[in-house]
Amino acid sequence: MSEYAIEMRGITKTFPGVVANDNVTLQVRPCEIHALLGENGAGKSTLMSILFGSYSADNGQIFLDGKEVSIKNPSVATSLGIGMVHQHFKLVQNYTVTENIVLGMEPTKRKLLDLKSARAKVARLSEQYGLSVDPDALVEDITVGQQQRVEILKTLFRNANTIIFDEPTAVLTPQEVDELIEILRKLRSEGKTILLITHKLREIKEVADRCTVLRRGRYIGTVDVADVTEQELAEMMVGRAVKFEIDKPEQEAGAVVLSLRNLEVADSAGIVKVRDLSLDVHEGEIVGIAGVDGNGQSELLEAITGLLPLSKGSIILDGKEIDRCTIRERIEAGLGYVPEDRQKFGLVADFTIAENSALKNYYHPVYKKKFGLLDFNAMEREANSLIEQFDIRSAEGAATMAGSLSGGNQQKVIVAREISLSPKVLVVAQPTRGLDVGAIEYIRRRIIDERDKGGAILLVSFELDEIMNLCDRIATISKGQIVAVNRQDEVDEYQIGLMMAGSQAEVAL
Amino acid sequence: MKAERKRLSESDGATSVLVVLMGFLVGTILVALVGKNPLNMYKALFQALSGYNIDNGRMNVRYIAETLNYSVPFILCGLSMGFANRVGLFNIGGEGQYIMGLTLAQTVALLGPQIPVLHWVLAILAAIIIGALWGGVVGILKAKYEVSEVVSTIMLNYVALYLSRIICLQLPGATTYKTANFPKTALIENTFFQAITHNSLLNNGIFMMIVAVIIYWFIMEKTSLGYGMRATGFNKDAARASGIPVVRSISISMAISGAFAGLAGGIVALGSFKYGRVLAGMDNYGFDGIAVALVGNCTALGTTLAGLLFGLLKNAQALMQGKQIPKEITFIIQGLIVIFIALRSALKLYQEYLDKRQLQKEVGVK
Ligand SMILES: Nc1ncnc2c1ncn2[C@@H]1O[C@H](COP(=O)(O)OP(=O)(O)OP(=O)(O)O)[C@@H](O)[C@H]1O
Ligand SMILES: [Mg+2]
Repeated sequence: MSEYAIEMRGITKTFPGVVANDNVTLQVRPCEIHALLGENGAGKSTLMSILFGSYSADNGQIFLDGKEVSIKNPSVATSLGIGMVHQHFKLVQNYTVTENIVLGMEPTKRKLLDLKSARAKVARLSEQYGLSVDPDALVEDITVGQQQRVEILKTLFRNANTIIFDEPTAVLTPQEVDELIEILRKLRSEGKTILLITHKLREIKEVADRCTVLRRGRYIGTVDVADVTEQELAEMMVGRAVKFEIDKPEQEAGAVVLSLRNLEVADSAGIVKVRDLSLDVHEGEIVGIAGVDGNGQSELLEAITGLLPLSKGSIILDGKEIDRCTIRERIEAGLGYVPEDRQKFGLVADFTIAENSALKNYYHPVYKKKFGLLDFNAMEREANSLIEQFDIRSAEGAATMAGSLSGGNQQKVIVAREISLSPKVLVVAQPTRGLDVGAIEYIRRRIIDERDKGGAILLVSFELDEIMNLCDRIATISKGQIVAVNRQDEVDEYQIGLMMAGSQAEVAL
Repeated sequence: MKAERKRLSESDGATSVLVVLMGFLVGTILVALVGKNPLNMYKALFQALSGYNIDNGRMNVRYIAETLNYSVPFILCGLSMGFANRVGLFNIGGEGQYIMGLTLAQTVALLGPQIPVLHWVLAILAAIIIGALWGGVVGILKAKYEVSEVVSTIMLNYVALYLSRIICLQLPGATTYKTANFPKTALIENTFFQAITHNSLLNNGIFMMIVAVIIYWFIMEKTSLGYGMRATGFNKDAARASGIPVVRSISISMAISGAFAGLAGGIVALGSFKYGRVLAGMDNYGFDGIAVALVGNCTALGTTLAGLLFGLLKNAQALMQGKQIPKEITFIIQGLIVIFIALRSALKLYQEYLDKRQLQKEVGVK
């Protein structure tokens, strides 16, 4: 038996214009939780895609238990006992859990689909690993956290010994993160080897045994997690000292710029998600909305930006009632939006960075030439300046397809575009989800800069430390209603946590 | 996943060429299987392409001109399909828009003012406008009321056919299958072309087609209208959230799409016939346009090339029959090309399956 369950040696992979992996080494011991850390675009997903057979490396070797293998595609990886839980789940919404799990490998009993024994196996696995997933539930009825467990079950069902998790916690609520960490520990104790990509240093400290760090495609080193601090890990990955807490000068808030009055919003299925909600945001302040995912935050923001209609109430932006305005009119009135789902609402993946940077104002005179012609050169110039200001890393500069950017850089493109439009009010949802600490620092810095320049910012985040770090005032939301609005220095995370759970009465302020 | 898609689309041009070659290869085999000499098929195709008859060494440019003339409606209907497709719509209504264009062009040709130039210009404009309306209605239904464009276009195709019959039967000199002859001022014939191509049917429509191709390219790639449309086609949600008027994009794109098909109808009516036709069935250019656009990847250049190929095949039909090759082989080749395009992704899945089998043998997994 070799020392390493998985060994990747000298892996090199180039994409047009970038070396995503440059002679990378990865050595994973059996039954350990091995974290993979690196900035956005460092090449973590690429390395894992090579291990899982989605990409083929230009160079390098892969050994499983000391035997060299060639993993040409994901089915090969599966038959070698490697499973992957992708960040974006690949589940069929109106199938049951069991059906989803057997999908693509229906077990046969004299050629007939044997769902019954599959169901039994799913139930047994779920029990064994403490996943508590109902094999008969429809996927559309279960939470994101449970859907992720279905993905885990999928790999277990296919007898995976090694499971790769690509940023599993990015989509989870804090409670679900804790549960996932328990599950990871359970998997390890049952003899599975785990590869974990995450940007959260806390999670690495909490659950991983060892950690390999990549920087700009290169292998930096592998450390025993117990021997290093979070600060040291961050420096290893970024190559410089990183600030976790951003200085925020005290500042008097100005006049009210965004006023939400008695809003009621129903989601697309007609269920009322926001009830009688009122809130003001002033010039030069950041107001955070703290709450557990699903308490009406998305619907509230979509109503403000015009993606969802308002059933009741009014929205006043800088003295002007905008709740009957089209989305474009709202943007023109000075509303900026960094959406929670950046792939769906924020970017056109098949457009270049240049084209994406002009998505909201391509019809403005700056981009106009004669005869309704678009000035693509002007777009490119604008994009280049954003790329420089925001340190957006891409293969081919302004001509890079947005879809080929790493998540962090996609987010930078969106934030750069929104800020460059100098909005009066910037609505931001989960701005640092899935981002590395360097990028998080950067994006938070830019948001605070906007505030310092007098912008009004409404921020939704499920992460309390982000809310505590950035906001001047915190509005806690529960079941579509604001439970309380507090100044940041009046409350602590614990009190907010209690209010989020809806137990307003227990918090004596 | 995204990256995968990108890589596929990058090789789209190459794939189309490959797919066309495969279509011809299988077509060749089929000809051989029914006991004919495939060489004759290629001789016919060569003659339709170059005008040169290999068997007797004679040259006749008329064949080239006819190939070009046949391509015109294919290309225009391809543009029609392609334009809607780039905005994320599936316009099966090209046929109906084509029929309406043809009908209005015939009507204006027979009833309009017989003033040189103005007459045919009016007839062509009428064709373009009715095509745009016929498509635009679908766009508005889709954008405002979420009526599937697939369903509404299919229905409108039939409405167009029967409406066309009703209108054309009222036109001067109408019998069950044709109307009176068009006045000379309504025709778009080109006497110069006729002189140099031994009286082929090639007419001024080819210039209109070229202008249409340029307009297509220009709107899509160069204007802010096209930019908004492409954004809508790639990602409707992001387009909407960015304030792009999605409803307007969809309606306008269907109207422009219809205008291309309407123009095709006008050109066929005034260029290839001297009288109005009372249609008994569909001409199918609108449907073939779907295939043309798919083969041409919905780009201006690709669609033009694919349309030329379809025109070539159509013109080669008569020549093939003269050489004892069943003309249906051209339909089979067209059909194969479309099927292969659709099979692209299936082929990839099959490759994965083979890899897996191979590995299971190597590792000895049960
Ligand atoms: N399919 C692709 N085509 C072109 N470039 C790509 C492709 N996939 C990744 N890249 C580039 O390779 C580099 C590494 O990307 P990768 O997705 O592996 O980073 P990552 O470490 O997973 O980042 P993140 O933390 O943001 O997910 C980036 O510069 C990215 O733009
Ligand atoms: Mg990644």
